[in-house]
Formats: sequence, C-alpha cells, structure tokens
Amino acid sequence: MSLLEVRDVSLRFGGVTALDRVSFSVERGEVFAIVGPNGAGKSTLFNLISRFCEPAQGEVRFEGESILGRPASGIAALGIARTFQNIELFEHSTVLENLLVGRHVRRRADIVSQIVFTPAVRREEIAHRAAVERVIDFLDLQPYREQRIAGLPYGVRKMVEVGRALSIEPKLILLDEPASGLSPEETTDMRFRIDDIRKRMGATVLMVEHDMGLVTAVSDRVLVLADGQVVTAGTPDEVRTHPKVIEAWLGADAGEAA
Amino acid sequence: MDSLQLIVSGLANGCVYGLIALGFVLIYKATEQVNFAQGDMMMLGAFTALGLANDSHLGLPFWVACIGAVVIVAAVGWLLERTVLRRVFGQSQLAVVILTIALGFVLRFVAGTIWGHDPLTLESPIAGVNVRLGGLVLGLDEIAVVLVTLLLTAALFAFFRRTKLGVAMQASSQNQLAAYYMGIPVKRIHGFTWALAGATAAVAGILFASKGSIDPNTGLLGIKAFAAAVIGGFGSLPGALAGGLVVGLIEPFAARYVASGYSQVAPYALMLVVLILRPHGILSQVHGKKV
Amino acid sequence: MRVQLKTSYHHDIRLFPDARRALRFAGLVALAIALPFGLDDFLIGEATNVLIWAIAGMGLMVLTGHAGQPSLGHAAFLAAGCYVNAILMERFGLPFLASFTLAGIVTGLAGVLIAIPALRLHGIYLAIATLALSVLTEDIIVLAEPWTGGVVGLVAPTITIAGVEVDRYGSPDRFYWLCLAVALLVTLGYRNVLRASLGRAFVAVRDSEVSAQAMGVNLARTKAAAFGLSCMVTGWAGALMGHFFFTFNHEVFTIVISIQLLLMIVIGGLGSIQGAWYGAIVVGIVPQAINVARDWVTGAFGGGGLAIPGIEAGIFGLILVFFILFEPLGIHGRIMKWRVWFDLFPLCRRDMFRRQKSYLRTERMR
Repeated sequence: MSLLEVRDVSLRFGGVTALDRVSFSVERGEVFAIVGPNGAGKSTLFNLISRFCEPAQGEVRFEGESILGRPASGIAALGIARTFQNIELFEHSTVLENLLVGRHVRRRADIVSQIVFTPAVRREEIAHRAAVERVIDFLDLQPYREQRIAGLPYGVRKMVEVGRALSIEPKLILLDEPASGLSPEETTDMRFRIDDIRKRMGATVLMVEHDMGLVTAVSDRVLVLADGQVVTAGTPDEVRTHPKVIEAWLGADAGEAA
Repeated sequence: MDSLQLIVSGLANGCVYGLIALGFVLIYKATEQVNFAQGDMMMLGAFTALGLANDSHLGLPFWVACIGAVVIVAAVGWLLERTVLRRVFGQSQLAVVILTIALGFVLRFVAGTIWGHDPLTLESPIAGVNVRLGGLVLGLDEIAVVLVTLLLTAALFAFFRRTKLGVAMQASSQNQLAAYYMGIPVKRIHGFTWALAGATAAVAGILFASKGSIDPNTGLLGIKAFAAAVIGGFGSLPGALAGGLVVGLIEPFAARYVASGYSQVAPYALMLVVLILRPHGILSQVHGKKV
Repeated sequence: MRVQLKTSYHHDIRLFPDARRALRFAGLVALAIALPFGLDDFLIGEATNVLIWAIAGMGLMVLTGHAGQPSLGHAAFLAAGCYVNAILMERFGLPFLASFTLAGIVTGLAGVLIAIPALRLHGIYLAIATLALSVLTEDIIVLAEPWTGGVVGLVAPTITIAGVEVDRYGSPDRFYWLCLAVALLVTLGYRNVLRASLGRAFVAVRDSEVSAQAMGVNLARTKAAAFGLSCMVTGWAGALMGHFFFTFNHEVFTIVISIQLLLMIVIGGLGSIQGAWYGAIVVGIVPQAINVARDWVTGAFGGGGLAIPGIEAGIFGLILVFFILFEPLGIHGRIMKWRVWFDLFPLCRRDMFRRQKSYLRTERMR
C-alpha cells in the first residue's frame, strides 16, 4: 500500500482547469519531486492534499484512507506536514515558539488544566520542548532559537519552516519549493537536509521544486506536470531524457544542457 | 396613506444614512481604509453650515454657507489624511480603525467646544416647507434629501466607472506598490479621496441638519450608517445607498408594527443577519487568499 | 547585556525568566497590597477602578492582542457579567463567590455562542459586528426590563465573603483587596495560558490562519476558546464594575465603554499582559490629571467652575492618535525599547527601531 495515493484528481477555478485527472502515488521512505512550468498546478496539488481546496472529482488517500472528508486542520494530525512557497511563519514569535506550534497536534491537556498549569501540563510542555530541541539540533537552528522571525534572513526562515513542519513528527512532509530564493550554498545545504529528513527522521518527502540540480540530486522519482496534466513520471534520469519533457518544458535544444 | 408618509420619511432618513455610508465606501474603495470618523465628519459638516448660516453666528446666506461647509469639511478631510493618516500608510486596517475612532473623539470634542453641547437647529429655507403632491403632504427638505442623494450617488458611480482617476483610485487600493509602479500618485489620490469623503459628509450633514436639530453626538449616527454600508456590501457605492435606504425604511416600520423599542434594534439585527448569512455583505468583493 | 544561561527546559516555561524579575514583581504586589493604608477613600476607589479596568483589559487583550480578533463590543460582556452577578445574588440568593464565578462562566458561554457566527467574519467585519452587538445590548437591557430593571436599573447587593462584609463605600479597602485578588488570579491564569499550547495556538491564528491550519490548529475551536476566555474575564470585570458603581442601568455599558476598552489596550500595547495594566493605569490617571490641570488653570487665571464636557474623551482620543502615530506598540513597546537601549548602551544604533516601510496589499483577499 502506498503512503499517499492521488487518483484521477481534477480541479477547476472558474473556467481554468488547474488539474486534469492527475494520478500518482508516493511510496513510504522515498523522496518524490513534482516539477513543471509555472501554472502547471503543482501548488494547487499541495493545497489539495492539505485540504485548502476541494477537488471536483477524484480521490486522495493517505495510508489507505481517504482524507477528503477531513478539514484542513485535521491533516497535520494524520502525520502530513507542509511548508509554504511564500513563507508563512508566525512573524511575531520566536523560532522556538514557531516550532512549538508544530507540537499542537500532540497536545493532551484540556483548557482548564492549562489555565491552572497543572504538573501534567508542565511535564507535557517539557516533553514538547525536548522534541523541538531535537529538531533545532537537527537543522542547526541553535543561534536563532530565541530570535523573532521578523528579523531573520530569508534562508533561515526557510529552514525554520522546515523545522516547524518536522516538529509535527510527520510521516509525510510536503516541501513547496524548498530552494526558491536560496543562494547556491544554501541550496546545497537544503539538499543534505532533505536527504537527512528521509534517512534520519524517517519521513517521506514530497516536494515541488524548480531547481533541477536539487531534484536530480535528492529525488527517487519525479512527476512532470504541465497545464494540469501529468506528462510523465519516473526516475530523474528517465524524466530528463523523456522526449515530451524536453519538447514541452525544457525547450527543443535544452536536452543536452539538462 | 399613512404608511406612504412613513415610506417617504424613511426614505429621507435612509438617504442621509446612505450618504454617510457612501463616504465609508468611497474611502474604502480608494484606500482600503475604514473611516470610523465619517459620522463625526458629517456632524462637523452640519455644524459648520450652521455656524456660517445661522443669524446667531455668522449669518451668511444659506447657499453660501452650504458651499462654505462643503469646502471646509473637504479641507478638513484632506488635512486629516495629510497630517495623520498618511503616517499609518501601509499599516493594518485595525490601526486605521482605531486611529479614526480616536479622531472621531477629537472631532466631537472640538465641535462641542466651539458650538456647545446643546441641540441646535440649522436655519434652512427648505425646512418646514410642505409640498402637496396629490393627497400627499411632503416636506421640501425630504424631497431635497432624496434628490441630492440620488444625484451624488450617480455622479460618484460614474466617476469610479468612467474616469481615469476613478479607476486609478480603485487600483491603488488593491495593491499600493503595484499602483506606484504603474505611475499612479497613490498618496495624492488618498488625499483627494479624503477630501471627497469630507465633501460628501458635509452634504449629508447639511441635509440632516435641515431635517432636525444637531448636537456633537449626532456623529454616532455613523454607526447606523455603518450598518447600512455593511448591508450593502462594503465595496459598492449603489450598495451603500441601497443599504442606507433599507435601514431608513426598516426603522419606522419596526417602530410601528413591532414596538417602539425595536426601531433602534432593527437595523443592527438586520446587519448581523446579513453578516452571518453573507459574511462580506450582499454585494461581496472578497475572495479567498492564495497560498 | 544580560545573558541568561539556560540549563533546563524549566527555564523556558517558568513564570519569571530570572530572580530579579520575580523579586520586582513580588515588590509590586506587596506595594499593591499595602496601597489602601496610605490613601484616602476616594483614591482607594480610583485604584479599584484601575484594577477593574485592568481585568477587563486582560479580557479583551487575550482576544484582540493574542488571538487577533478585534472586538468593539466588549461592553456587552461587561454588562452581561454585571447583570448576571446581580440577578443571581438578588433573585436567587446566591453568595457572592458563587454568583461571581457563575457570572464569569455564563458570560464566557455567551461569548462562545456569539463566536459561532462570528467565526466567519474577519478583521473589519468582525469589528463592525461586535460594534452592533454593543449597540444592541443597551436596547436589550431596556427590553428585558423584568430582569434588568430597564431604565431604572438595579442596585448591587452587599458582598459577604465568609462572614466579612465587603462594601464599595463602607469598606473600600476590602473591596480593593477583592479586586486585587481577582486581578492577580486572572493575570496568573493568563500567563499560564500563554506558556501552554493554547496560547501558542492563539498567536498562530493571529499571525497566519493558513499555516495555523496546516499545523493542525482548528480555527473555529481556537477562536471560540479565545472568545470564551475573553468574555469570561470580561464578565468578571463587569460583575466587579456593578459593585463599584453600586447602581447601574442601560446607560452604564455604552458603546463608548466598548471603544474605550479597545483604545485602552492599544495604548498599553497589544499582545502583552502588561499592556492591559499600563492601559488601565492611563485610563485611571487621565481624568485625575484633567482635574488637577483644571484646578491649576482656574487657580492661575481665576474664572472658576471651568467644566468642559467631553474633554476626557477628547484628550483620550488625542493620546491615542499620538500613540498610533509614534508608538504603535504602545507603552509596553516603548518600555521594551528603552530596556534594550539601556542593555546595549552605548551600542544602540539610531535606526534600530525604525519601522520598515510597508505597502498595503488588498485585504479583500481573505
């Protein structure tokens, strides 16, 4: 059974078809990349999986169960975390507090005991902090842990978003353009992080990315999307040499360059 | 016959609400700011006209006083934008809301200091004159209110639809930075909008004052006009007028057919119903945010 | 610059980051407890007023400052708490502690009920809807005359706690201590919420609804919780306010009170517990300062009996305009900046606190 299964999904905004009968499945433990030109429907696909929009038809299953009946806030609890293309952090909070929000789905205490701050709540808080601290160590965010997001450089923010998603302890993590806006050094850094997320955190990675270097380096399989339709899918090498991909997306003479 | 009379007086009241609501919408459409002091600007317009026209004050001819009031309140609006609101340029809507509420307090205080806190009446040539239409007795003031309102709404509507400036105003509200890049003088447009809203408020104030007495707390009428603007959908000029008329009409009828206590309650209850059923007003302009 | 060396997770979640601050707070509390011994009855009353405003301010702060939901209608919940408390004491003969607790709970539940339709409203629309709520409250009090006494109003019964009578006029010091106890308990509970997951959920909803949802924060439930807690605390403030005013009717809890409450927490500094307290102190001091200034003016220039109605609201409005323009983070923000400045002295750069230029994108996209 695949971890995530997207079957025959279609979505229209007004007259525009954003997704047209898209199907694919993500296996446990792999890094799966979605590539395609702007407007191909990649982010829409992510928004669909995180339940920010509703498909006109089709089915999305996670661990064999449909997630389409769940609200957007019920997705994290299943073990699906995500980052955003244009960073959506809690600007006025510190890095630590941002990551702690990721622990929200793991909370146990009810409102009254939180107001009283019972010993049980205290124990729970400490457990959350221990978990978050592991993520901070994992991503080397120690220098920033007490700083507010508003003053942080872009590359660090991107990493904090990854960290916040990891704090959920997800089975599947959706990365929306993790390398966009990063310097070449930071992109290399991100590449190793993604590798580590899979190997050391044991999470499956589904990502949307434009940087073909990064995609080729980290992903096991690649799905090519254009105009809301699946062009092809396969290993990075298969996809890169696929005639339709070269023609439709990279341009006629880009085959060798890529 | 009786209910016809109710309708006419309701329409006249509704037009005043509609005019204040028009001011809200005008500013909202062009700057995306919400001016909670619009009601107080209306009050200021009424008092300025009164101060210019009444014999106990300056005693200028009525029409001169009217034009004077419109010009003065427009200038006040422009000045407020220039000195105060421009400093919160680009900040959240809530900051502007709180700022304009505070400005309303200040305007009320200023008016109270100049003209006192007792109710005063504007000496207007159209007050108390009755017109006989068939069997119907209508106040000239009421007819004037309806006519002026219709004219003003139509003019503003055409302005936003047809003129280059009107379209530029709408553009600047939706994305200030992009509007800048397209060469739209965003700040100057904001100043102009506030002046326009001030002029509208002055007209509303004069019309309101010719129907009854005014005091510095008259500005609280703005809250009712808010209900009107919301009922009509915040971004629509005809909607604002329609909302004002609905509020104006519902008041006397609620008082007559339910109980007198309910005439105050009805507009707000209606607004809450509209907000719950259509959270962004009847003529909605809101779309979902993209991530 | 002071650096804290943290050696355990407890350091991050305890009430005070270091012993110095704990001591300072203890000193403040001791001073507050001792206050009635040094003041006359009138000033004790004014101090009590500040405490009640602080409680109400904390009630609104959790909703507006932390959960990001503006309310221009909190006078409605002050009224609810006030009337429920008085009716429970008068009609049902409940002792004060029971009626007081219930008043908060009932008001909190009312808040949750109101939150359900309000969940669909954002920013400005929510502000307007709550404004309408405040306007409606005055009329509802009049219409519900059999319970509320309508325009005549009610008289707050005398409070008896464990055989000790607490009366606003008879024993203002005891009433002051009662309000102080409530204020301190509310502050503690508020602080606890902020260091637990609920407080973080509030801030998450305030700063980005989209990513809050992606993190598993249920918007409806979180906002309802914010409304519930906020209204509960506001209800308590209202109950105390009823005893403070002694008699009250529909004209006490007007829209102006709602607005003043919101303006108060903005002056104090949105998003901090201290902000509610600073704001309350300003609200308490302004009328006194105006009185002093008036006495001074009439003393210096003669012409006695100079009374300007509406001057309080006017001056309050001016203070607020000043704050929004020059210190949008309120008194709390100003104090934090001074603290940083002293900590870094002489390394502070001139532009350190300069606001970044920002441009508004339409909020019609929601």
